[in-house]
Amino acid sequence: MSPVHYVALAVILFVIGGVGVLVRRNAIVVFMCIELMLNACNLAFVAFARLHANLDGQVIAFFVMVVAAAEVVVGLAILMAIYRARRSASVDDANLLKY
Amino acid sequence: MTTLTAVADGAAGSAAHALAATLTTVPATGALKLSWLLLAFPLFGAVVLLIGGRRTDRWGHLLGCAMPLAAFAYGVIAFFTLLGDTDRSQDQHLYTYILVGHFQANVNLLVDQLSICFVLLITGVGSMIIIYSVGYMAHDRGRRRFFGYMNLFLAAMLLLVLADNYLVLYVGWEGVGLASYLLIGFWQERNSAAVAAKKAFVVNRVGDAGLTVAIFLMFSAFGTVSFTGVFHQVPSGGSGVATALGFLLLLGACGKSAQVPLQSWLLDAMEGPTPVSALIHAATMVTAGVYLLVRSNPILAVSEDAQIGIAIVGTVTLLFGGIIAAAKDDIKKSLAGSTMSQIGYMTLGAGLGPEGYVFSIALLLAHGFYKAGLFLGAGSVIHGMNDEQDMRRYGALARALPVTYVTFGLAYLAIAGIPPFSGFFVKDPIIEGDFTEHGAGGWILGICALIGAGLTAFYMTRMMYMTWWGKRRWAQDAHPHESPPVMTWPMIVLAVGSVGAGGFLIINDRLQNFLAPVVGVPPVEHGFFTVAGGVALLLALAGIALGWAMYGRVPVPETAPHGSPLTVAARNELYGNTINESLVMRPGQWLTRLSVYFDNRGVDGLVNSLAALVGGTSGRWRRIQTGFVRSYALSMFFGAVIVVALLLAVRL
Repeated sequence: MSPVHYVALAVILFVIGGVGVLVRRNAIVVFMCIELMLNACNLAFVAFARLHANLDGQVIAFFVMVVAAAEVVVGLAILMAIYRARRSASVDDANLLKY
Repeated sequence: MTTLTAVADGAAGSAAHALAATLTTVPATGALKLSWLLLAFPLFGAVVLLIGGRRTDRWGHLLGCAMPLAAFAYGVIAFFTLLGDTDRSQDQHLYTYILVGHFQANVNLLVDQLSICFVLLITGVGSMIIIYSVGYMAHDRGRRRFFGYMNLFLAAMLLLVLADNYLVLYVGWEGVGLASYLLIGFWQERNSAAVAAKKAFVVNRVGDAGLTVAIFLMFSAFGTVSFTGVFHQVPSGGSGVATALGFLLLLGACGKSAQVPLQSWLLDAMEGPTPVSALIHAATMVTAGVYLLVRSNPILAVSEDAQIGIAIVGTVTLLFGGIIAAAKDDIKKSLAGSTMSQIGYMTLGAGLGPEGYVFSIALLLAHGFYKAGLFLGAGSVIHGMNDEQDMRRYGALARALPVTYVTFGLAYLAIAGIPPFSGFFVKDPIIEGDFTEHGAGGWILGICALIGAGLTAFYMTRMMYMTWWGKRRWAQDAHPHESPPVMTWPMIVLAVGSVGAGGFLIINDRLQNFLAPVVGVPPVEHGFFTVAGGVALLLALAGIALGWAMYGRVPVPETAPHGSPLTVAARNELYGNTINESLVMRPGQWLTRLSVYFDNRGVDGLVNSLAALVGGTSGRWRRIQTGFVRSYALSMFFGAVIVVALLLAVRL
C-alpha cells in the first residue's frame, strides 16, 4: 500500500488544526482544532504502523487518545471556570498572566 | 677582676665568635620554677580591676600597687637565686602555644641575667611609679581604670622580657603597645590625647611590621623562632640573612624606642598622665627596642652592616632628641626629647657589638632611675602648679617644692654626666667605645656622641633654670605646693637610684660580669677616666655654662622669643611631623582617594554596568510575555518549524 494518501490527509488535517489554533479566538474552537491536530498525528501513526506491520504506532495512537481525553477534561473545566468569571470564552480576554 | 679574666678566657676559647655568648638554656629549677608568678601578679591585678568595674573603685589602687610589689619581691628572690648560678639561663616551660608539623612555639619563660635585670627594673621602678600614681591620680575619676591599665602594661612588659622565643616576645611587644595606646589616650575626652594615642599606635605599627617580617624570615630561614634555635643557626646561615634580620629588628626597635625615623609619636605621647610618661615612655617600654637588639646580639655579631646601621640610627637620634629637648618649653615634651636622646645612646651602644652591649644595658638601667625621677619630679611640679606644663610659667620653684627640687636636681646631675653620679659612669664607656669600633666612621659617631653629651647638659641646665631657679613667672592663681608623701617617697627612692645606680653597676665591672654569659665581654678594658670621658665631661661643663649664660644670667621671657631658624625647627620637632605628613600621610591619602575612585568607577562601574545591561535587557524582553495565548501558540509554532527545519537540514 502507498502511504501517500494517508499522509496527505494527515497533513491537511494538521494544517487546518494549526491555522485554527492560531487564528480562532473562541476557546472551544481552539480546543477542537487541537484535537484535529492530535488526530492528524494519530492518522499518520496508524498509517505508518500499518505500512511497517508494526504495532508501535497503533499503541502510540492509543496513548495520544488517552492524553487528549485527559487534556479535554482538564481544559474544559478551566474553560468553564473562566467563562463563569468573565462571561466570555475568548482566549484574548484571559490575558492577565503577563509581564 | 679574677672572675672577669676567667670568663674572658673561657669565651675566647670558643671558635670564631669569641666574644659573643651563645645562649644555652636548662630547665628551671627551685624558685625559678615559679617564674610565672611574675606575670600572674600584674595580670591578676589588671583582670580584677578592669573586669571588676566600679565595685573595685575604693580599694582598686591598693591592689594595683600590691601586685607590682609582689612581682618585685619575687623578682628579687629570682635574682639572688640566679646570682648563685651565674652562667646558666633557666627556662620554664608553661604550655605549647603553636604546634604545626615540625614547628613548635612554646610559651616558656626565660630567666637569665639579661631578663632578670629588666624584671627588676620594670617591677622596681614600676612599683615606685605606681605608688606615686596613688597621689597623682587621687582626684581622677578613672583612677581604678588607670591602675588596671598600668598592671596590664607590667604584665605585657614582663612577658616581653621573659619570652624565650620571638613569637611570645611579639605577644608582649604588642601587649605593651596596647597598654601604651590605652594610657596615652587615658584622658580620652581630650581630642589631643585621642589623636596622640592613635598616632603612637600607627607609628608603632610600622616598626612592628619590621619585627613581624623578621620573625617570618627566621621561620623560613631557620625553621624556628626560639632564641636558642635562631642563635645557634645564625652563624651558619650566612651574613645576608643576618643583615636582613638585623635591619628588620632595628626597624622594630625604631618604632618601639622612638628612634629616627619613627620618632614622631613619643613627643605626642606626653598627652598621657605623667606617671605613664615616666613608666612607659621613659623607663621601660621605650627601652624594649634596646632589649630586642641586645637580646639578638648573636645575630648582630654575624653582620657588621647591621651593627653600623644601628649605631648610625642611635647617633642620629641622640642628636635629634637633644636638639628638640633644648627648644621645647613644655617640660614633659622637653623630657621626652631627652628620653629619645638617651635611648639614642643605648641604641648606639647596641650597635657597637660586645664593646657596647653591657654599657647599653647599664645606661638603660641607670636611665630608668633618673629619667623616671625626672618625670615624677615634673609630674609633682605640674601637680602643684594647677596642671601648668609650660616652663616659661615656672621659675623659682625650688623653695616651694623642696623635696621635688632636691630629687630632680640629683637626677639632673646624673643625666648631665657629672661624676660621681650615674650618667658619668654609664655614658662615657659608650662614647669611648665609638672611637675604637667601626674604624674612621666610629670617630664621626664618637664626635656626635660627645656633642650629644654637651647638649644633654645644656638642655637639662636650661630646664633647671626655667623651672627651679631665676624669677617667678607663675600664673596669677598659682599656689605651688609640695606633693604629699605618697608622691615624694618614690621620688626619693628613685633619686637614690639615680645617684648610685651607675657607679654600682660599673665599678668592679659588676654588671659586666653578671651579663657576660648573655652578651659577652667587652674586648677592651676601659678605666673610669678615659680621654673621651674627659672630653665629654668638659663638654658637659660647657653645656652647663652655656645654659647658665642663656637662661640664668639673663631673665627668661614669659613668651618665647622668635629664636633662630634652628630653634624654630627644633620647636617644630625638626619637622618630623611635616616630613611624615608630606612623605607618607598625604601620598597615602591620595592613594586612598585614587583607590576609592578606581573602586567606584572602575570595579564597581564594570560590575554595575553589567548588572544594568542584564536588567535593562530583561526589562525589554519580558514584554514578550503578553498574556495572549495565541501569541504563545505562534511562538511555539515557529519553534516547531525551526526544529523540524533543523532536523531536515541535518538529515539531508
